[in-house]
Amino acid sequence: MSQPTSIPAEGITRRDLFKGLGATLGLAAYAKALAPLTEWKPFESVEDFLQKHYSELSAVDLEVVLKRIEKDTKKQYGADVQVSADRPQPGVKFGYALNLSICIGCRKCAEACHKENNHDRPSHQSYIRVLEMSKGSLDLEKGNAHYDHPVPAKDKFYMPVQCQQCDHPPCVDVCPVEATWKEPDGIVVVDYNWCIGCRYCEAACPYHARRFNWTKPQIPAAEINPVQGYLSNRIRPQGVMEKCTFCLHRTRNGKLPACLEACPTGARVFGNLLDPDSEIRWVLQNKRVFVLKEELGTKPQFFYFFDA
Amino acid sequence: MPLHPVTIQRPAGPPRVHTGTTNFHGQAVTVACGTCHTTTPPNARTHTSAELDQFHQGLKYAHGELTCLSCHNPTNYDTLRLADGRSVEFTDVMTLCGQCHGPQLRDYQHGAHGGMTGYWDLSRGPRARNNCVNCHDPHSPEYPLARPVFPPRDRISVPVKASAANH
Repeated sequence: MSQPTSIPAEGITRRDLFKGLGATLGLAAYAKALAPLTEWKPFESVEDFLQKHYSELSAVDLEVVLKRIEKDTKKQYGADVQVSADRPQPGVKFGYALNLSICIGCRKCAEACHKENNHDRPSHQSYIRVLEMSKGSLDLEKGNAHYDHPVPAKDKFYMPVQCQQCDHPPCVDVCPVEATWKEPDGIVVVDYNWCIGCRYCEAACPYHARRFNWTKPQIPAAEINPVQGYLSNRIRPQGVMEKCTFCLHRTRNGKLPACLEACPTGARVFGNLLDPDSEIRWVLQNKRVFVLKEELGTKPQFFYFFDA
Repeated sequence: MPLHPVTIQRPAGPPRVHTGTTNFHGQAVTVACGTCHTTTPPNARTHTSAELDQFHQGLKYAHGELTCLSCHNPTNYDTLRLADGRSVEFTDVMTLCGQCHGPQLRDYQHGAHGGMTGYWDLSRGPRARNNCVNCHDPHSPEYPLARPVFPPRDRISVPVKASAANH
């Protein structure tokens, strides 16, 4: 005997139950996904929100902004810091060269960068990524940044990659709000207060040199480097891009970059490309230097070479 | 405008040998190389550390085909000796190294070899530079293996095999 299954006119069917369950789960997942946004506080104050672009700040405006950042850092991190806005020096254009025959891949440069530039501690953020490469190849795609064995390993060489400070920087071209630009001394900088965090620049950079602050940087007060620059190593807000600035808070005051000082092998050469007697010019004139991905036309101001 | 100086670190002087005893003031007693070597005839053929006596034993030696007396001065062990026979102080060891390692010395003189700290712009501050033996053990000059520090924690450039296993 076969009778058609009767459909109840009222009450909850299996279908309704699953629909309801699905909708509830979906909403919960949506709320969870949005949670970071509700916690995200893009601006510290009204003044912060209303601040003009770096290039439009008058000297007085800038003074106020720097003082405000110092005060906010004290409030949020408990550290006394000095934020300055060092200008490019006339007659100076920075260049960097790295001797791949000497670099042993110890990553001390990456560590020095991390400390100097007030990077987020938990994520081990650094502007330098050291790639372990097979001898005979310059294929960056095959480079391994996660090696963990005594270095230098047999048949490997080590290539630290950081911002190449391109003369034709694609990251600057793609920024929709002009929050990043190239300064007269060759340094590509970011106004962290103007950046909207769209990460176009990160995608545009062929060297993977840009970093994004996914979270608010966490640094113990005692570890904060108090010598800070507005365009360089001041603690970045959450949700903005950052990048290597050749330590401009140091180099614009005549000092060597932190990564160079940390290098135990002396693989790094830094200096003024416009000074014909500088060390960097001697390297460019006497070593067979090359740049990464030359075919892209980015004109990097970071050079690599091997000893003959 | 006067430029700030570039200071090259120098070895403290000729090495001193610990005797293992302490003096009246509790300080370690050290003696100069010449204390023994003025009365011990030099052996020009010694070129491995296994042939050495006393505390010299166990010295790690890996510097090409050189013998001890290629660099040490048999007429005065508290100095070094250049290839042409002239003696040179331990503090001027770079002159000795540069005899064979010309390209390295040339690069060093142009700031392209050897670590440094301080200022790139000497009109604004001084610079300090290493000398050869700060980084290279003269008896075994190859730069030693190092354990890398500070591993990255992002997922960029994870080797293909490892990243496939994680997915």
